[in-house]
Amino acid sequence: MDLQDLRELAEKERRSQAPRSIRCCVAAGCTSANSMAVLDNLQQAVQDAGLKDKVHVSPVGCLRLCCEGPLVATDPDGHLYHKVAPGDAEAIVAGLGNGGFAARRGDAASPFFALQASVVLDNCGHVEPERIETYIARDGYTALFKVLREMSPPQVVDEVTRSGLRGRGGAGYPTGVKWSMVAKNQGDRKFVVCNADEGDPGAFMNRSLLESDPHKVLEGMAIAAYAVGASSGYIYVRGEYPLAIARLKTAIKQAGRLGLLGTHRCNSPFDFRIDIRIGAGAFVCGEETALMASIMGERGLPTPRPPYPAEKGLWGCPTLINNVETFANIPAIMRQGADWFAGIGTDSSKGTKVFCVTGKVKNTGLVEVPLGTPLRTIVEDIGGGVPGNGRIKAVQTGGPSGGCIPAQHLDTSVDYEALGQLGSIMGSGGMIVMDEGTDMVDVARFFMTFCMDESCGKCIPCRAGTVQLTHLLTRIIDKVATPQDLELLESLCDMVKNASLCGLGQTAPNPVLSTLRYFRDEYTSRLRAGGVVRRALALPLVSLS
Amino acid sequence: MARLRLATTWLGGCSGCHMSFLDMDEWLIDLARMADIVYTPFQDVKKFPENVDVTLVEGAVANRDHLEQLEQVRAHSRLVVSFGDCAVTGNVTAMRNPLGKAEPVLRRSYIELATVNPQIPDEAGIVPALLERVYPVHEMIRVDYYIPGCPPPADRIRHVLEELIAGREPKLEGAELKFG
Amino acid sequence: MATQTLTIDGKLVTARPEDTILSASKDAGIDIPTLCYLDGLSAHGGCRLCMVEVGSQNRLLPACTTPVREDMNVSTSTPRLVEYRRMIVALLLAERNHVCSVCVANGHCELQSMAYALGVTHVRFEYLSPELPVDVSHDRYGMDHNRCILCTRCVRACDQIEGAHTLDVMGRGVNSRIVADMNQPWGDSVTCTSCGKCVQACPTGALFRQGSTVAEMEKDRTMLQFLVTAREKKQWLV
Ligand SMILES: Cc1cc2nc3c(=O)[nH]c(=O)nc-3n(C[C@H](O)[C@H](O)[C@H](O)COP(=O)(O)O)c2cc1C
Ligand code: SF4
Ligand code: SF4
Ligand code: FES
Repeated sequence: MDLQDLRELAEKERRSQAPRSIRCCVAAGCTSANSMAVLDNLQQAVQDAGLKDKVHVSPVGCLRLCCEGPLVATDPDGHLYHKVAPGDAEAIVAGLGNGGFAARRGDAASPFFALQASVVLDNCGHVEPERIETYIARDGYTALFKVLREMSPPQVVDEVTRSGLRGRGGAGYPTGVKWSMVAKNQGDRKFVVCNADEGDPGAFMNRSLLESDPHKVLEGMAIAAYAVGASSGYIYVRGEYPLAIARLKTAIKQAGRLGLLGTHRCNSPFDFRIDIRIGAGAFVCGEETALMASIMGERGLPTPRPPYPAEKGLWGCPTLINNVETFANIPAIMRQGADWFAGIGTDSSKGTKVFCVTGKVKNTGLVEVPLGTPLRTIVEDIGGGVPGNGRIKAVQTGGPSGGCIPAQHLDTSVDYEALGQLGSIMGSGGMIVMDEGTDMVDVARFFMTFCMDESCGKCIPCRAGTVQLTHLLTRIIDKVATPQDLELLESLCDMVKNASLCGLGQTAPNPVLSTLRYFRDEYTSRLRAGGVVRRALALPLVSLS
Repeated sequence: MARLRLATTWLGGCSGCHMSFLDMDEWLIDLARMADIVYTPFQDVKKFPENVDVTLVEGAVANRDHLEQLEQVRAHSRLVVSFGDCAVTGNVTAMRNPLGKAEPVLRRSYIELATVNPQIPDEAGIVPALLERVYPVHEMIRVDYYIPGCPPPADRIRHVLEELIAGREPKLEGAELKFG
Repeated sequence: MATQTLTIDGKLVTARPEDTILSASKDAGIDIPTLCYLDGLSAHGGCRLCMVEVGSQNRLLPACTTPVREDMNVSTSTPRLVEYRRMIVALLLAERNHVCSVCVANGHCELQSMAYALGVTHVRFEYLSPELPVDVSHDRYGMDHNRCILCTRCVRACDQIEGAHTLDVMGRGVNSRIVADMNQPWGDSVTCTSCGKCVQACPTGALFRQGSTVAEMEKDRTMLQFLVTAREKKQWLV
C-alpha cells in the first residue's frame, strides 16, 4: 500500500458513513455490564425502524465514564446515555434527531468531559477497534507514511526528543533519550517491545486503549521501529486481557493485509512484524528485564541492570521497551509536530496523561488531562468528589510503587516532579480516591500484601522483607505492636528500598513510607504502651500456603 | 566493689546450658567470691528475688508459666541475658512451630504415640498450658545481652560474666556468636 | 580496553576491564560478603549481601554483577551496608527453619558463618516457621527445604557445570521452592546424573550426602571452579 491507496481508503470510508450514528461501547467495562446485548438490540432496532441506510450502529471503544456503563452515544445529536439496558434500544433509536431518550440521558457537557483533553484517547469511542478502515478514516497511519517518506531515522528520534515525551510506564524516563540509545547501539537485530502487562491494582488505562484503539499503538511501534532500526516487535499483554488480545490480533492481521506492517511495509524497503506474547499475569513481568526473560520463554525474573535493554535486550540485541501509552503518543507527535506536543503540559512534563480514577469518587473511569493539571481538578471536578458529601482524605497514585497524597496537597500540579516531591510517583496512571473513613495503615498493608504475593522471590530483601513488613503492619493494625516494632518497620523499609534487585522491591515500601509521612498518628496511636511482656500471644499472622 | 546479685533460670530448654555453666569448673569458686547467686534451678528458691543485677535465662518461651516467670525476671533484674540458642532463637524447642498450633503437638505426643491411656494432660494449676507458638525470649521481654550456642561453651559464659562483674559491656564477636 | 584503575576502600586497585567489583576486590585482598555468588558459576545477584557504595551515589550496587569502571570509588563496608547485611541474614534466618544445633552442616555452613561474621546476635523478625518437607528419595543425596536460602547455586551448578538442569525453582516469592525435574521426588528424576555438584555448591545444610549426621556435612566449594578452569584453560590446578 502507498500513501495514495491510504488516502483513497480513508475517503471511501468517510463517504460510506451514514448521516447518523449510534456508538455503543464494547470495551471490557461496558461489555461486562452487557453492552454486547445492547449493541445487538440497537442494530435490530435500527433495522426494524427501516433506518439501515440512515443510521450506523458502531461498536466502539471506551467512552470514559465507565461507572455509568453500558454507555451509548449518538451523533450528531451529541447525546450520551448511561446504564443502557438492552430494552432501551428502541427508545434510543426513536429519539434520534428529536430530543433523545430522556430517561437514560447523561450530561455530555459535564465537567467530567469538558475538562478532559484528547490526545491519546482522541479516537477512543469513535473508531471501531475491529475495523482498521475507521482508524484510517481518522488519519490513521498517515504519521507512519510521513515518517517513512519524509524523515530520516535520526530526525524521528530528534522529533521525539524535542517533544519532551516521557515514558508512561511508571518511571518517566525521557523517551527520545531511550530511542537514541537503541538507535545508536549496534546489533545484528533490534527489537521493539510494547509493555502492556499493566499489573497495578486499579489501573486499566492500557487495557482500555488497546481495546478501543489498537492501531494507534501499532502505528506508534512501527514508527519506533523505523527510528531505531528494528525489524521485529513484540507486544507483551497479560492473559487477563482476552478482549485486548483478540483486538490486537485482529488489528495486526488487518494492518498486515493492507501492507502497513510486515515485509516492505508501506511500499518502503523496511520490514516490521509484530507478534503478541501473552503473560500469565505476574506483576513482576511488567518490569522490563523480567518481561524480556518471559518473552524469551524463561521464568519471568528480573536481572540486574546494567546491561540495560537498550544495550543487551532480547537475545542479547538492543531492545526498545516502551509502555502502551508512550507508543500511543507517537503518531500525534509525528503528525502535529514536537512543538505542538511540547506546548501541552508543564516545563518538564509534556503532553497529557491518562488516569484511571477509582475508589471513593463519584465518576470512576478513564480521564485524560494535560500534565500539570491540579490534582483537585481531576478528583473533585472531573471525578465529582466523594459520593454523598463525604470528604477526600487522600489520593493514592502510582499503585503499589506509589504513595498517598493527603487532602491538604490536593492543589498540587500533577506532574512528575511535584508528585515525586510529595513522596508519591506518577506511576502508570492509577489514581485511587480515599475518603475520611479510610484506614491508612490498612491501605499500606493492602499494597504490601500485594507486593509480597507478587515478589518473584529472586532477591532476599523483597522476598523475605515484604513478608516481615506485612507482619509488622498487621501487628500495628491488631494493636499488638510496640514502639520497637515501628522502628523495625522503618528500618526494614529503608533496607528493602535500597537493597532490592528490581523496581518491585525498591518501591514496595513507598505506600508505607508515604502514609507514615502524612498519617503517622494512625500508626503511633495503635502501639502498645509497653508493660513487661511485649507481645500479645498472636498466632502466625501470615500463613504460608 | 559491691557483689553482683546473679540469677539463672530455665524455661523451655534441656538444661544443657546450665550443664555448660557447671562446666566452668573451678572458676565457679571464683565466681562465688565475686557474686551472690540469688536464684537458680540448682537451688531450691521458691520466689524470684528483688534487685537482681543479672539474670541468665535459658530456654524458649513455650508455656504460660514461662511467661509469668519472665514477667518476674524482667521486673526485678537490671540486666537480662538470653542464655543459649533456645533462648536466643527458639532452637529445638521451637521445632514444633511448623505444626502451627499447640493442639496438634499435644495430640501427636499424648494420643497418637501413646501406648497406654492416651489422653492430653490437663490439670489446672499443675500442668501449665502450652502457648500456641514457641518464642525466643526477646520476643516477650526486653533482652540486654545474648549468649548463643547449643549449649554455649563454658568459656563463652565465663567471658560474659567476667565482663559484667567488671562493670563492662560484654561483647561477643566472630565465631563467639555462632549459633548451634 | 586497557586496565582500569579504581579505589576500593581507599586502596588503589588495578583491574581487567572484564572484572566485576567483586573480582577486583578479591584480587586486592578485600573481602566482600557473598552468599549467592560462587566461583565457577554465573553471577545471580539475588542475595544482595555484596551491595557496595560507589562514589557519592545514593544507589547501592551489587559487587558481583557490576563491572569495574575507571576511577570508581567503592566502599565495601560502611555502617549502612553492614546494617543492611545483618538485616538480610536475619531475614533468612527467620524465613525457614535454620536449627543450627541439629543441622548436618553445623560448623560448615555459610549462612551460619555469615551471621556471626556480621555480628548478628539475635533475630528481631518473627520466625515464619513454615512447614517444609525433606526429600530423601535420592539414594545418595538429600534435600532439606528447611535449610534452603534459595541462592540457586545448586540450580546453576546443575545447569551450567553438569549440563543436566535437573534442579530449578518453582513458585514465587516466599513460596519459592527448589524442585527436581517437574516437581517430582529427586530420586525419581530421570535427568539427575548423581554427580553431586549441587551438594558441593550448596552453602547450607539444604543439600547433603545421605547418612550424614549433625555437623558432618563438609563441602568442597572449590570443586566447581576447578572443573571450569580445567575445561576452559586445560589446567588442572587444585
Ligand atoms: C514491578 C514492575 C512492574 C512494572 N509494570 C509495568 C507495566 O505493567 N507496564 C509498563 O509499561 N511498565 C511497567 N514497569 C516499568 C517497565 O520496567 C519499564 O520501565 C517501562 O515499560 C518502560 O516504558 P516507558 O519508558 O514507556 O515508560 C514496571 C516496572 C516494575 C519494576
Ligand atoms: S525486588 Fe522482588 S520482584 Fe524484584 S527481583 Fe527482588 S524478589 Fe524479585
Ligand atoms: S538447596 Fe542449597 S544451593 Fe540450592 S538454593 Fe537452596 S541453599 Fe542454595
Ligand atoms: S553475591 Fe552478589 S547478590 Fe549475592
